[in-house]
Amino acid sequence: MIEFRDVSYRVNGIEVLAGLNLRVTRGETLVLLGRSGSGKTTTLKLVNRLVSPTSGQILVNGEAVERTDVIRLRRGIGYVIQEVGLFPHFTVARNIALVPKIEGWAEERIRARVDELLQLVGLGAELAMRYPHQLSGGQRQRVGVARALAADPEILLMDEPFGALDPLTRDDLQREFLALQQRLHKTVVFVTHDLREALRLGSRIALMEAGKLVTLLTPEDFMQSTDPWASAYVRAFGDGLAANRRAS
Amino acid sequence: MNVVRFFMENQGFELTGEHLWLVGWSTLFAMLIGIPLGILIAHRRQVNKPVLALANIVQTIPSLALFGFLLPMPWLGERADRLAILALTLYALLPIIRNTYAGIRGVDAAVIEAGRAMGMTGSQLLFQVEVPLALSVILSGIRIAIVVSVGLATIAAAVGAGGLGEFIFRGLAMVDNRVILAGAIPSAILALLADFGVGWVERRLKPR
Repeated sequence: MIEFRDVSYRVNGIEVLAGLNLRVTRGETLVLLGRSGSGKTTTLKLVNRLVSPTSGQILVNGEAVERTDVIRLRRGIGYVIQEVGLFPHFTVARNIALVPKIEGWAEERIRARVDELLQLVGLGAELAMRYPHQLSGGQRQRVGVARALAADPEILLMDEPFGALDPLTRDDLQREFLALQQRLHKTVVFVTHDLREALRLGSRIALMEAGKLVTLLTPEDFMQSTDPWASAYVRAFGDGLAANRRAS
Repeated sequence: MNVVRFFMENQGFELTGEHLWLVGWSTLFAMLIGIPLGILIAHRRQVNKPVLALANIVQTIPSLALFGFLLPMPWLGERADRLAILALTLYALLPIIRNTYAGIRGVDAAVIEAGRAMGMTGSQLLFQVEVPLALSVILSGIRIAIVVSVGLATIAAAVGAGGLGEFIFRGLAMVDNRVILAGAIPSAILALLADFGVGWVERRLKPR
């Protein structure tokens, strides 16, 4: 579905990403885990060409991204970021309808789709005419997810989408994400620095450090891994995870 | 009341009309040049310094001197109002360019990135996101430009372009304060009205 072939990215002589090889399969949630500056966000942005690689190739559906029309490519990929990036001068409904609108859908179809999406992400229909600043952080992020899903893209890129939320809201949204993903089976690339989030949401975890892919493991294997970086992560989150396990 | 009567009896309204003519055209030209230029330099960072510097330099030329410099120009010198409109346009450019630039640059980067990532084209992003969100800042630049132009346009009378400056210069020559006031008061009123008018539009269009 998405493939990175020996991808490097350098900016001002600094190696942000070095020789990345990675394959994301259809319907999985691949989590890119790593600390700030590890290159995980860059990896994400390479997929929808917000960033172009210095060398190497990225393939989406078997096609090299630099050879596809960038506008077409992006409209087929949902994108959710931590700061949400909702248009402050658009209502919730218009924000969600963004891609369908520029794709020229009929009014009727757009309206039906917006209603459907509001329901899908658990927002009441009465919010449709509000503006983003009238919503809570959790509601805004839900609108962000709905907007990304609007044109039913196969791929969803999510860059720490729940990072700025309070723990309870984050927990809600993570649970809803899992339920949603069970229904929709999107191919998701999910960036986070939170191991707990990675273990909970990911079907596989790609651990990144200093621009390199350190290891690629399932959540179960990640906990048992002897890889120094992976075990360092597990240790750092250890207390919380142990408490987690006891509780469940 | 003497001032009012003097104003009425000496084609005051006609001069006000001329004044508005000068301010209107120069503001229009400054907007047509300044807004696209402001957008351009907001997108191409390499050129923002030279453009803003140039507009700044123009601003520092004393207005009376600028009118004088332009006087010998071939096509311009033929008609004083052309010359005055050009000079006023040059002065109005800086606030418009600078505010357009600041307004566009001030749009939340996350919003722009989201728009790009959704597959919006450059012009969709510009007209649906950047300009609407920068609009109130751009309008306040236009407001400053108009208010400054209304005042500066009084100098245009020095090169024979008419306007309310006629009264002011005549009053200065006659050492008669009433005549000066017959030009200065309507000019101040125009500036206030323009300030209020554009401010009203600005508030109406404000996002959120």
